[in-house]
Amino acid sequence: MSQKKEIDDRFKKFGTVSFTSVTRVNDFINYLEQGKVMGTRCKECGQVFFPPRADCYKCFSSEVEWFEVAGKGRLISYSQLKYAPVGFEQDLPYSIAVLDYGEYKVFGRISSDVPEEEIKLGMDMETVVNRLPDGQLNYVFKKTE
Amino acid sequence: MGKVGIIGVGQSAFVRGYPGSIRELAFEGFKEAMEDAQISAQDIDASIICSAPEYDKQRSPSGVFAEYLGLIPQPTCYLESLCSSTSMGLRMAYSLIKSGLHDVVAVLGFQKMSEISSAESQERMGRGADIQWESPFGTMMPAYYAMFAKAHMEKYGTMLEDLALVRVKSATYGQVNPKALFRKPVTVEMFSDPEHFMSGPVSSPLRVGDCCANADGSSCLIVASEERAETFSQRPVWILGLGAASASVNMAGRDLFTGLTVARQAAEQAYRMAGVVPQDIDVAEVHDCFTISEILAYEDLGFAKPGEGKELIKSKETYKEGRIPVNVDGGLLSKGHPIGATGGSQIRTIVLELRGEAGEMQVKEPEIGLVHNIGGVGLYGNVTILGR
Repeated sequence: MSQKKEIDDRFKKFGTVSFTSVTRVNDFINYLEQGKVMGTRCKECGQVFFPPRADCYKCFSSEVEWFEVAGKGRLISYSQLKYAPVGFEQDLPYSIAVLDYGEYKVFGRISSDVPEEEIKLGMDMETVVNRLPDGQLNYVFKKTE
Repeated sequence: MGKVGIIGVGQSAFVRGYPGSIRELAFEGFKEAMEDAQISAQDIDASIICSAPEYDKQRSPSGVFAEYLGLIPQPTCYLESLCSSTSMGLRMAYSLIKSGLHDVVAVLGFQKMSEISSAESQERMGRGADIQWESPFGTMMPAYYAMFAKAHMEKYGTMLEDLALVRVKSATYGQVNPKALFRKPVTVEMFSDPEHFMSGPVSSPLRVGDCCANADGSSCLIVASEERAETFSQRPVWILGLGAASASVNMAGRDLFTGLTVARQAAEQAYRMAGVVPQDIDVAEVHDCFTISEILAYEDLGFAKPGEGKELIKSKETYKEGRIPVNVDGGLLSKGHPIGATGGSQIRTIVLELRGEAGEMQVKEPEIGLVHNIGGVGLYGNVTILGR
């Protein structure tokens, strides 16, 4: 009997449809499970990465540590899709957007409970973990209080 | 070492549902370019086949095409940088010739997008973005460019009506381009009529009329050393400047949302290499995959100051009779956008303009022309300056 090698494919849980299952930053998914959206920071040179990376292109170190995307980001731009690619039709309408946290930016979706007329460029938003109806995980931007 | 020239240009008609295989589609653009250059396949030293991958069952189309087009046993290879593939192909041909390795190189771009549905195509196009971190959110090209449109409108007061004017100009010339997919007039009223398909929402603020359409097509450029160009051709068009750049694939890595850094960097390189400034350009082809993209291009290329792109289209300065005619062949919006063939079609138009052979699309005696060709959402950028 040959022993089957277990594949760490945690990343298949990311988003409505994940196109990647294996990555060296698979812990990102565990943090999402804990309600945290995390980026990485190079332990050698301090370079901050979001989305998280396993490797630093500046000093070639693969020693990275996790940090939490916390606080407010400023909405740089967004667009609400009225037409979706294959596999995402049931999510319509939804908005993609970019938040600026100063040291890094975050690309994601705006929470579906934010009406489009309340979305203003330049507004502060926060990034929170979101569980999709089928158990998949992503993160969304919500208005801050 | 001497100059490098373009001695032959060709393209197929851009259509929906080309009734043939990809090698047959490639033949159409190749044949026109070869007849234009008046050379035979033995005169070609190497070929570069360009397209965006994943639309065809055929893997490695270069070998298949080389055989079908009579280009074996000469070397051939496949090259891609999404929608700017043929411009990158021209850049590679230039370097192969400048290095002295080859004298005559064929650059052939193609795409047969109709074999898959429009939604599937959007999914593939979306996967030209960051599949690990962005595609799982359900991204597509119109939505990305829509974010640039939104940011530009917010910062500079660009209006939806300005975007519609870009499409109206495009349609003006699409009607006189026999190779274009859309050949009907478009009015601004269509965009304000909720019943009209042009006004249909795609991804806010972009509407159907703001977006180019998928198409099938091929294009071909025959590129030659100065010596061969002058032997073969009465009217070579010379490559004066080449610029190319890349940017972060993930939008989180971008600092600019009101323009494309790759276009600015590529333009700067091309202007410097050619020793010209934006005011020297007599006719231009820009990558209007969306209406907003043309306005961004005006600004990124220095035809207008940042934020003032809308003034160029409002004052009709980019029409054929204007200060800087842009996309007088209808652009991607009217021609359709068979990804890998688009750059070659843009370059073909500028070559024909510089030779004075552009027919109803001809601008008055241009001497220097420019091609702006973008891959992905400003992921890759190529700017090429050509002269007589």
